[in-house]
Amino acid sequence: MSGAGAVARAVAERLAAADVARLNATLAWSEAALAAEAARVDALPDDGVLHQWPVAIKDNIVTTDLPTTCGSRILQGYRSPFNATVVERLRAAGAMVACKTNLDEFAMGSSTEHSAFGRVLHPQDPSRVPGGSSGGSAALVAAGAVAAALGSETGGSVRQPASFCGVVGVKPTYGRVSRYGLVAFGSSLDCVSVFARTVAIAGQLLEVIAGPDSRDATSVAAPKLALQPPGASLAGTTIGIPREYFPADLDPGIQAACNRAMDRMRDLGARLIEVSLPHTSLAVPAYYIVAPAEAAANLARFDGARYGVRAESSGDVRALYRATRGRGFGAEVRRRILVGTYVLSAGYHEAYYGRAQAARRRITGDFSAAFAAGVDLLFTPTTPTTAFRAGEKTADPVAMYLADVFVCPASLAGLPAMSFPIGRSEGLPIGGQLIAPPFAEGVMLAAAARLEAALDPVAEAR
Amino acid sequence: MSWETVIGLEVHVQLDTRSKMFCGCSTGFGNPPNTNVCPVCLGLPGALPVPNAGAVRLGVRAALALECTVQPRSIFARKNYFYPDLPKGYQISQYDRPLASGGRLEIESSDRGTVPVSIVRLHLEEDAGKLLHDRIPGKTAIDLNRAGTPLAEIVSGPDLRSPAEAREYLNALKQILRYAGVSECNMEQGSLRVDGNISLRRKGESALGTRTEIKNLNSFANVERALSAERDRQEALLARGETVEQVTLLFHPGSGQVRPMRSKEESHDYRYFDDPDLPPLLLAPATIAAIGEELPELPAAKRSRLRDGYGLSAYDAGVLAAERSTADYFEAVCAAGAEPKAAANWVINETGAVPPAGVLAELIGLVEDGTLSHQAARRIYPELAGGGSPRDAAERLGLLQVRDTDALAAWVDAVIAGHPAEAARYRAGELKLMAFFTGQVMKQSRGQADPRRVQPMLARRLEDG
Repeated sequence: MSGAGAVARAVAERLAAADVARLNATLAWSEAALAAEAARVDALPDDGVLHQWPVAIKDNIVTTDLPTTCGSRILQGYRSPFNATVVERLRAAGAMVACKTNLDEFAMGSSTEHSAFGRVLHPQDPSRVPGGSSGGSAALVAAGAVAAALGSETGGSVRQPASFCGVVGVKPTYGRVSRYGLVAFGSSLDCVSVFARTVAIAGQLLEVIAGPDSRDATSVAAPKLALQPPGASLAGTTIGIPREYFPADLDPGIQAACNRAMDRMRDLGARLIEVSLPHTSLAVPAYYIVAPAEAAANLARFDGARYGVRAESSGDVRALYRATRGRGFGAEVRRRILVGTYVLSAGYHEAYYGRAQAARRRITGDFSAAFAAGVDLLFTPTTPTTAFRAGEKTADPVAMYLADVFVCPASLAGLPAMSFPIGRSEGLPIGGQLIAPPFAEGVMLAAAARLEAALDPVAEAR
Repeated sequence: MSWETVIGLEVHVQLDTRSKMFCGCSTGFGNPPNTNVCPVCLGLPGALPVPNAGAVRLGVRAALALECTVQPRSIFARKNYFYPDLPKGYQISQYDRPLASGGRLEIESSDRGTVPVSIVRLHLEEDAGKLLHDRIPGKTAIDLNRAGTPLAEIVSGPDLRSPAEAREYLNALKQILRYAGVSECNMEQGSLRVDGNISLRRKGESALGTRTEIKNLNSFANVERALSAERDRQEALLARGETVEQVTLLFHPGSGQVRPMRSKEESHDYRYFDDPDLPPLLLAPATIAAIGEELPELPAAKRSRLRDGYGLSAYDAGVLAAERSTADYFEAVCAAGAEPKAAANWVINETGAVPPAGVLAELIGLVEDGTLSHQAARRIYPELAGGGSPRDAAERLGLLQVRDTDALAAWVDAVIAGHPAEAARYRAGELKLMAFFTGQVMKQSRGQADPRRVQPMLARRLEDG
């Protein structure tokens, strides 16, 4: 009797059901690959933290057994010769790679409408988006196909879809988890992050993938990620409420859910204080300079010369580049490459990139000041709206970018942050965000677990 | 009109590490194409660079040898451009915060004597791959074995005043980097590459003229040729009252001419920015000092010590100090008891495989004490490359000098008897024939006769005759 085999067959059935429902959340999986994973896991000792757990992997994290496309035509069929460090760590802990999940092309987007392989549907309402860019992973966890999934964040690409889909999404401190094998978008921002149905599962997954890696020079040898049992109360915890995250025009349903969550925090003994993070409004503009600048360089390697799809072209090597990159990349990726190239160009470098870096330092300084003043955690809504309708923002890139207004700042500051369900508005999930000081994931997860337990009946009642 | 030539050089040297700058691949030369590669140096999706501490160490060593200030914090940056030999679409280099700056290197100029040349900066970077145009007919192939090889770029100030000085600078640079164990500086294998910047100005002016840059310089001799050609071209332009345009030129070794690159090839905006994959390169003062301790005695110090310590001429000291291994060998021969001037002559003049230092010292001693003639010693020398006793070799070859009077007398008498006409001319006053007779005796004795004893005996017997 193969324990893992039975799990693998069950996962295959659920993935098939998700595909039948046309969620379009998976890009690659097979019963054969799952069976191979089950056989591998059965040969391992059964004491792995994630023994027999099926985990979905965002398709910008490289795997040897399934293709890695980044949701782009330019990498269609690409098979990596190595596994990402996070995949190696999951597998060593007994987890099975369940599938690769759909995403905005190269993780650039907030709705998973920008995949070359079609948009991902919101599991509850097919007319809506699941958020992005890790929409496929979020949708699969929300649909119950897998208990946990890996996503990636550059500017909120896990927290925002977690919020839209009603699941838990955790971004670690920058450097806490190795980026080796995560296809780079904005290297100074990119973090492998996790989705799960519960805070506890998300914490376990994060604990497995965290830790320094000699193959990533930006990974940090910080104190080990220590999960803490959720306490009986939040007594002694000071939670900062940054006023910039509660604008007057915030969606009333979201404001109400946040108010309820804050009431529970007080009930649990937490001290809530209003704080100010005055440079918050600089985050989206700074992000949309820094991330595209890094992306323009990171995506230069996709030129058709060595791997991936090469467009037929006559003429010199420049014509080959133009044809391959012009046809291989979608509109949003091309837009960001152009923006990134522009902001680094001679004569504009200081005006754009230089000022964006200065803004980034100020945003980081805001957080540092709040934490230095005695705040343990910050609480905010994760998103200004619930899941929006497909097509609603595709014609207006700036409106799309503003969907990340509450998640971008922590990304720019490299801080751990998470979204967890705090209620619903008109049936659609609402996420609350906790932001913690560097490497304080343990404190953040414990508080979230305590709140999760206190809020769950409320969320269910609505 | 009298013009002054102003030259500065940018030199790329390969740091002599076994593995590449940002991955563990071999830097070996001459392997089949695309065999020394991995996800990192191929720029595969998801791969990340990790700095090679050995390359950083060699970079610091080079910087210290060139008397640069090593920065405690330097930054790797991305230099963005598209080219098929550049797998990531950017080169990891250093830009506004290089590893080191503000050094100097002294050169010997035939026009100006000892001249200090300033080293503006030294930075670390990775090499690109290589395009192969002759492997597949009608197509270009890419070999990425070299991609990611660690390089130091060393930029001189505009302190050189002639193409000959530029060549002298390159010789001095190569010498010091080889001494420091930083680089082999082998131009054929691409471990040293040079770009030249040159401008002209009226003698006595301090402002620099418009410069041009020359690329594709594949030997020190061609650096000098190309700079001379470009100096002549600029001088002709200025003499006609025209101006020099700031362009990049390619040297064509066949014709000896420099010609502008197509403008497309040079119109780059590299859009440098700090590489987010690589944290700042931090070097504690103690680390820098420890690397400084690794530096051996450098060429200039070695030259003066050989000259003063062993009483050698400046020329001999310079020749011996040209290669660290040569100087080390010379000193070992002296340490084994050889007289320094004789040791210097042997080490400088003899070519081919050298004997162990102690053996050469013994050989020199045998000449000094008259056991062997210099001529005989030179015949024995090649026999000693693998070691062994010079005395045994001399005996085996029958080259020990014969000082026995009877034996010498027999050779002398035979030679005089065999050349009655020359003997008569000698006796008639043609004394320079002594050299002829001496040679004949040495020949007769197959080199064994001690010429210092042969000559008095010859003189006596010829006069007696």
